[in-house]
Amino acid sequence: MLIEVGHYALALALALSLTQMVMPIWASRTGDPVLRSVTVPAALATFLCIAFSFGALTYAHVTSDFSVQNVVENSHSMKPLIYKISGVWGNHEGSMMLWVLILALFGAVVALARNSVPPTLRANTLGVQAAITAVFLLFILITSNPFTRLNPAPIEGRDLNPLLQDPGLAIHPPLLYLGYVGFSITFAFAIAALIEGRIDAAWARAVRPWTLAAWCFLTVGIAMGSYWAYYELGWGGWWFWDPVENASLMPWLAGTALVHSTVVMEKRDALKVWTVLLAILTFSLSLLGTFLVRSGVLTSVHTFATDPTRGTFILGILVLFIGGSLALYAWRAPTLRQGGLFAPISREGALVMNNLFLSAACATVLVGTLYPLALESLTGEKISVGAPFFNLTFVPLAVPLLLVVPFGQTLAWKRGDLAAASQRLFVGFAIALVVALVAIAVTWGGPVGAPLGIGLGAYLILGAVLEIVTRARGKTFGLSLRRAAGLPRSAWGTALAHAGVGVTVIGIAAQAWSVEALATLPRGGELRAGPYVAVLEGVLPRTGPNYTETVAHLTIREGGVPVGVLEPGKRFYASRNMSVSEAGLLTIGVSQVYASVGETGTDGRVGIRLYYKPLVLLIWLGAVVMALGGGLSLTDRRFRVGAPALKPAPRDAAGPVPLHSVPAE
Amino acid sequence: MTAIWLIFALMTGLAVLALLWPMSRRPALAGLPEGEARIATETGFYRDQLREIDRDAARGLLAAPEAEAARAEAARRLLRASREPGRNPGAVGEPALRRRRAASAFALSTVPLVALLVYGIYGSPDLPAQPQAERLAHARSAGNDLAAAVTQIEAHLAKAPEDGRGWAVLAPVYLRVGRVEDAIKAYENSLRILGDDATRLADYGEALTAAGDGVVSSKARDAFERALKQDPKAVKPQFYLARAAEQDGDRAQARSRYAAMEAAAPPDAPWLPMVRDSLARLDGTAPAAAAPGKGPGMSEEQRGMIRGMVEGLAQRLAEKGGSPEEWGRLVRSYMVLGDRPKAEATLAQARAALGSDAGKLAPVEDVAQELGLGAAKAAP
Repeated sequence: MLIEVGHYALALALALSLTQMVMPIWASRTGDPVLRSVTVPAALATFLCIAFSFGALTYAHVTSDFSVQNVVENSHSMKPLIYKISGVWGNHEGSMMLWVLILALFGAVVALARNSVPPTLRANTLGVQAAITAVFLLFILITSNPFTRLNPAPIEGRDLNPLLQDPGLAIHPPLLYLGYVGFSITFAFAIAALIEGRIDAAWARAVRPWTLAAWCFLTVGIAMGSYWAYYELGWGGWWFWDPVENASLMPWLAGTALVHSTVVMEKRDALKVWTVLLAILTFSLSLLGTFLVRSGVLTSVHTFATDPTRGTFILGILVLFIGGSLALYAWRAPTLRQGGLFAPISREGALVMNNLFLSAACATVLVGTLYPLALESLTGEKISVGAPFFNLTFVPLAVPLLLVVPFGQTLAWKRGDLAAASQRLFVGFAIALVVALVAIAVTWGGPVGAPLGIGLGAYLILGAVLEIVTRARGKTFGLSLRRAAGLPRSAWGTALAHAGVGVTVIGIAAQAWSVEALATLPRGGELRAGPYVAVLEGVLPRTGPNYTETVAHLTIREGGVPVGVLEPGKRFYASRNMSVSEAGLLTIGVSQVYASVGETGTDGRVGIRLYYKPLVLLIWLGAVVMALGGGLSLTDRRFRVGAPALKPAPRDAAGPVPLHSVPAE
Repeated sequence: MTAIWLIFALMTGLAVLALLWPMSRRPALAGLPEGEARIATETGFYRDQLREIDRDAARGLLAAPEAEAARAEAARRLLRASREPGRNPGAVGEPALRRRRAASAFALSTVPLVALLVYGIYGSPDLPAQPQAERLAHARSAGNDLAAAVTQIEAHLAKAPEDGRGWAVLAPVYLRVGRVEDAIKAYENSLRILGDDATRLADYGEALTAAGDGVVSSKARDAFERALKQDPKAVKPQFYLARAAEQDGDRAQARSRYAAMEAAAPPDAPWLPMVRDSLARLDGTAPAAAAPGKGPGMSEEQRGMIRGMVEGLAQRLAEKGGSPEEWGRLVRSYMVLGDRPKAEATLAQARAALGSDAGKLAPVEDVAQELGLGAAKAAP
């Protein structure tokens, strides 16, 4: 019965979100604040209903209720509990449920955030949010209903795709969706502002925490997905420029631009129209990403056509939200009050440059992802756009952007001084150059790009450190420390996030030095990758809860001294008749030795792939640092108005930093 | 089953109440004219903000000059908000009350209507939940051993997937309960582990045929042929191979296979009537050939495809001529498609094209004789 109640709760949530959508429109036509206030309980009730429904579905998965089709198709009674739970969102229907659950969750939080959002804006935002929720609920109920029942129920389920039976995939989709859906709030705010015809710094202040939170989740989510692909797919790459990955990278790029442009809007009341457009585009890309992955367009344009209801519904949703919002934008944006002007050499100017580069980068990824699809659907020709394309287009855009990052931080608002900024950055630049030269000297004869990349990363980190140092410098060390502690948390957050970018860049650059070795080894055979030698001790079978595994036992030695043991394996899932390789990872500092197993020959020889990946963990640690930086500035509760200070104050005065001497964050 | 409807009613009631609650409240601003009420809510927000700045400044979270600048900014926005008039001033009292009633009525009607309508279309309120543990217990107590046994074997196989005998036992059961795909997998596993075996191969082929809606696919045919290699006398593979030939339109071979089975059959074989039926169908005495366009075991799509191919062949033969075998194939094709007049016409065309050279014409005449066509001129 619980399942049917959950199903009904989903239908009820649809009804509630329809009401929530209608009321603010009615209220704004009649100017009745009471009607407007209905949106708050409606948003909360919608969330409760969807949460209950999601809970019921999870219960069905956990208890292996095979009278539910979704459970039959994606679960198995022998599956470990954690994968029974993660199996809920490991399939199309369930992941859509997770999507609306998070959507409703954000709606409920906006409804409860009484003190940070002006009431009219809040009601309209909730109205737009409800429209998104309603459409998605309709999509779920009509085309992807997870509560479809089977009678009589089969005896056993078909199990979840073994590739997805992994802790990484248990966490990755929720994080990614928190990111995607978080941008829906920003989108709803933007549409509400367009409907109201009013947008100001208060709007930016209300939006910023949402954008920042969504951005943090998306950052960690992408990093998690990349790490999963690295260790689960078994060929040691960390980014494949795969359309599925690009689908999450595009909203991230647009979202990064949005985070920066809301700062300009909040501080200087400028870039309003552009910020609204970015908010719309970011969410549109999130929608596109969700559907690229979920509709099956990617595997083949034809699978899209084989399920016409789902396909047309998806197209309809995309046209409604992207087309509708852009049309509204074209109609209403000219009525928005324009903000202040600024000199090109200023913090704002640098941020505009950041936005230009990020948007261009996002556009290249979009072209690289969609062009093959368009070509296939028009001419039937299948091409794949891979790393060479992106290396030629994306990297030249990313490098100058990264070079500008420390400058932007150093420049003052309104009118900056490029010479002074360069002077302040000189130390950082010099040290980074030395780092690059040392890297070249040490690895003489290796790839040229890698030391330069290391230098670039060091320059980014040093730029972030210098930023804090110049702002905190006092006469004595103690005074400096006190001033550093007194710096606003958003300043620390900015520095941390930018340093995180540097860490990731170093990790990426160092991959040019990674070594790969491949051989079929007999027992006792040796394989060398970089400074490490793997010795095959033996191959043994092992049994898991719903699979059997062949494990290769490898000892890793460095200069004859054993440093660890690796146990890569190949798992066979009988219920799906599928084999999955499990990589073995040995972490040494932030570097890793990585082994995966290939075919086992008849003579007992085993194909072993061994990689030495120097500094590889920095790629993902950098992303975590970025997200931490975002989180830190999220906790900054100051009223963020970047009004320039009027009178000069003595530079070394104790206490909080006077505004004029250093640029505001 | 009334319990579930009570729960639905309760949920709906709560949802509607939640919506009506703010409308029934007498808000502090209710007495004010609408325009002023709007301004009051907006300006109240900025007043709160000003208080917040003061609080932050007092706690030292905000430096004095920053607080000053922030205060100025908030005050500016407060001023702007209070200057903007409400968009619908003057909607007070009676109309507002009426509007609220309308909104209540809207909520009261829409929510239950939409929810019940949608659930009514997609829900199945009569189906109870069937968690696996409960189902197993139920199956055991009700003496429904099959389900419990299958689950037990499955559990065992999950632990020891290399137990071929387990798969062999499970496969026919799967087929019986309609889990065709699972049955195919189970047969594949048992064949992989235990090696070829005539019966199992034949059953595997049968499962593949069942999965293909009766069409003997090349994979299935391969299985049957392997089975025949193991046991040339096995009935099931012979029958399905005959069926395969029939589906391919190769009547001669189908007939010879069926006939061989009939000849070798013990008189009381339970499958004998089925073979005789098939033979009768091939001879055209049964309705199979008479029903136009109804090839055995062919879907509409397949027939469309075949027709396309046949017409291509017909055009090529008419324009450029071709070998006697090709003419024969074309005649046979029309018969398979159930188009007897076209077959007759083609036969006439073939005779004209190939001339009176008996040697050349022989393959076509064989086909004609086999299909019972052009009887008048059949004898040379």
